[in-house]
Amino acid sequence: MPLDTVVNILIGGLLTGLIYGLSSLGLSVIFGVVKIVNFAHGEMMVGAMFLTLVLVRWAGFDPLMWLPLVAIVLFGFGYVLQRYLIERVAHLADYMQFLLMAAIATTLVAAYLMIFGPDDQSIQVSYSLDSYAIGPLIIDKSRVYAAIAAVAVTALLFLFFRYTLLGKAIRACGDNYMGALVVGLNVRRLYAFTFGIGAACLGAAGAIMLVLIDVQPYLGPQYTLLAFVIVIIGGLGSLPGAMLGGILIGFSEALAGIVIQPSLKSAFSFALLILVLLLRPQGLLGRRT
Amino acid sequence: MAPFLAVQGISKNFRGLRAVSDVSFEMPKGAIYALIGPNGAGKTTTFNMIAGAFSPDAGRIVLDGDDLTGRRPDLICHAGVGRTFQVVKPFRGLTVEDNVAVGALRWTGDIEEARAYAIETLALLGLDDKRALTPEHVTLPDRKRLEVARALATRPKLLLLDEVMAGLRPTETDRMVATFKEINAKTGLTILLIEHVMRAVMALSQHVIVLNHGEKIAAGTPQEVVRDPAVVECYLGEAAL
Amino acid sequence: MIRRLVGQANARTLWALAALLAALIAAPAFANDYVLTVLVLALYYAYTGQAWNLMLGFAGLLSIGQAMFVGLGAYAAAGLFVQFGVPPIAGVFLSIVVACIAGAIVGYLAFRFAIGGVYFALLTIAFSEFTRILIDNWAYLGGSRGLFLKVSDLRHWDLINLRGPPQMFYYILLVLTVAVFLFCRYILNSKIGYYWQAIREDEEAAQAIGIDTFRYKIYAVVISSGISGIAGTIYAFYYNNLFPETVFAISGSVDMLLGTVVGGVGTLFGPIFGALILTPLGEALTAATASVGIPGIKQFFWGLVVAAIVLVQPAGLWPLVYRGLRLGGRRMRPPPVLRGGNAVGQPAVGREEEGV
Repeated sequence: MPLDTVVNILIGGLLTGLIYGLSSLGLSVIFGVVKIVNFAHGEMMVGAMFLTLVLVRWAGFDPLMWLPLVAIVLFGFGYVLQRYLIERVAHLADYMQFLLMAAIATTLVAAYLMIFGPDDQSIQVSYSLDSYAIGPLIIDKSRVYAAIAAVAVTALLFLFFRYTLLGKAIRACGDNYMGALVVGLNVRRLYAFTFGIGAACLGAAGAIMLVLIDVQPYLGPQYTLLAFVIVIIGGLGSLPGAMLGGILIGFSEALAGIVIQPSLKSAFSFALLILVLLLRPQGLLGRRT
Repeated sequence: MAPFLAVQGISKNFRGLRAVSDVSFEMPKGAIYALIGPNGAGKTTTFNMIAGAFSPDAGRIVLDGDDLTGRRPDLICHAGVGRTFQVVKPFRGLTVEDNVAVGALRWTGDIEEARAYAIETLALLGLDDKRALTPEHVTLPDRKRLEVARALATRPKLLLLDEVMAGLRPTETDRMVATFKEINAKTGLTILLIEHVMRAVMALSQHVIVLNHGEKIAAGTPQEVVRDPAVVECYLGEAAL
Repeated sequence: MIRRLVGQANARTLWALAALLAALIAAPAFANDYVLTVLVLALYYAYTGQAWNLMLGFAGLLSIGQAMFVGLGAYAAAGLFVQFGVPPIAGVFLSIVVACIAGAIVGYLAFRFAIGGVYFALLTIAFSEFTRILIDNWAYLGGSRGLFLKVSDLRHWDLINLRGPPQMFYYILLVLTVAVFLFCRYILNSKIGYYWQAIREDEEAAQAIGIDTFRYKIYAVVISSGISGIAGTIYAFYYNNLFPETVFAISGSVDMLLGTVVGGVGTLFGPIFGALILTPLGEALTAATASVGIPGIKQFFWGLVVAAIVLVQPAGLWPLVYRGLRLGGRRMRPPPVLRGGNAVGQPAVGREEEGV
């Protein structure tokens, strides 16, 4: 394979990895703080994609313009979900939470099927077929814009958690539940807020993804799995870890697609996941609880 | 004659914190000793090393000629060590009777025999009328007794009791003390207890070891230790004198 | 042994069970072909549900990879049959062996590295997906194009080759389900059963009373996977075609655990009850919504039903029925629905009774 093709594929993988990272941030934040594994992750992202689709079809504009609105809607969805449903099973065994999320996922997929039908749907943006040419490299414009958006949202998130009072309160909850309660933080509301933020990340990621791929109701599970791989490798609960994991996976999937058979490239990700789970379950950047 | 339990120079660090530092002591068979000291002194860490929950960074632990250092907790139980946990860990989904029966399964494969032994052991601790209940339906003192019964059911040679008197009223404390004295007299079971409740320490133990900041600072009979100025300073306070 | 099986079950329970068994034995005589296929499916889920229940309800290990064990069993028996002409009556042994080895590997890796709770569940998913992709690319076993068995339309029963009408498969699954039920009953009242429950409740306390938790957890995984392997053989010869993306699908694992969760994890009869209720309900829902013509409506209600059970009655429906029918002889052990010792990432609010 010619070198510039290889480089193109790898850069494509890197850029995609940034978006993977953004979606995984949501999963990581939720697990790190609320200690819930969101098995409906992919389905929620697909929901964001469909929402963006509807908005674009109805009122025009670029999907990336709708990103803030979609993120807000998903935030609300996540908040309500945590506050009124998930909280009720928090004291139960893990498999109960898994089942609730799986049930929610099933319901969501069914809803998408009923409303949109099973076929692929996509939108066309003005720059769909354009690309930037930098020397021998040809990079899709859509990929670049998507990656920029992903980085912007991620940066916002970092700033939020680092510098705002609310962000610190959420981190406090994640670090020490009992301590948070004792200093008077309203943990229930903070948990709901956190889930909302995680969902908002998915909202942003979904809006961005629509620029790159088609959406159909069954798209969810593979993205859920992918997000798990990323977050576990990067470290559940670590935000930089999620980004690092995203980039790593995006990159290595592209690489694996070149070096080994493309159909085996997800096998590679799973093998990596198994290795990480066994050898370093806290991930590359996570803390051992 | 070799001591029954020999703890030789054990130490344990947790990421830079010296939890236990070169602690040594010996126990003869059938004795009841107490391990006391302020919070954070390293008492439970010492227990955890004897019981195998952690392995010491240095030193040895020998029970009845058998070197237990660094062995797995379940194998240490087979070697004859029974323990309770500071915060009790009952099997919530099992009845009181079954909780103890599981302990007896260490030395018998027969459920019926285990259950019978469990009932006997529960009777010893005054819990047999509650045997069909689950742990969440009994009081805290009863849960502590359940923990002891479960450890006893494994037929240990050495019983490690971690603050079993905490939260008990004086009459309950006296009852527990009497029970342990009775078991010790009847079966010759060697007992090492961590305690803050001095009433129990004075009544029960023949010898007391005092830890502070991970080090052994005093040892002797209860009467001697209680008067030891170092112990008074770091732990007991003037009123104890 | 009879004593261990019957134990303290009271007469009412035994009569109820006998009545149910009689009904199940007689059922095919009254069922048309379609109903019979539904019943076969119900028993299939009752059987596999019990295997899953053994791992979680008894030993406390959450697995979302059961489809892998079933699938490996299916491919093992089918592969032997297609490539070497080995009849499934013998092939099933390879199914069991392969499934058990897979279980041993997963268990060994997981427990050696102290993986529990949610991480273990994720590990099972990862292994399952990995296996799916592997088989998908293995042409010898058909790969993604599928593995096909010759369909023979025999009216008579051939147990050696597992060729026959649905009735045959029904009775085979009935025997298997009853066998596993009795096995679970027996083992729950044995040392291994007690040890499993101790491990499930609190692994550290279990070790403190002399339980080699590693060894017993491996037992749980291997036994459960072996039982699932047999289901794989049945699956292969009933459907006569295997595609990796259906056989190893995660949704397959989820389908196999639904009945148990609805019936009641950790109970003996829960998985059977759940499967017998849920499977016909699911089919009825599919049939009812098919006439409406909107795709996805069945899954929609399905998701809501499961969510409702989890939110409203997490201990399952069987305990309610049990109490309602006043079948209780010996007090039934409460199922392990509360957060137990194997949970990962528990919020620090203690379950400790002493408080802060």
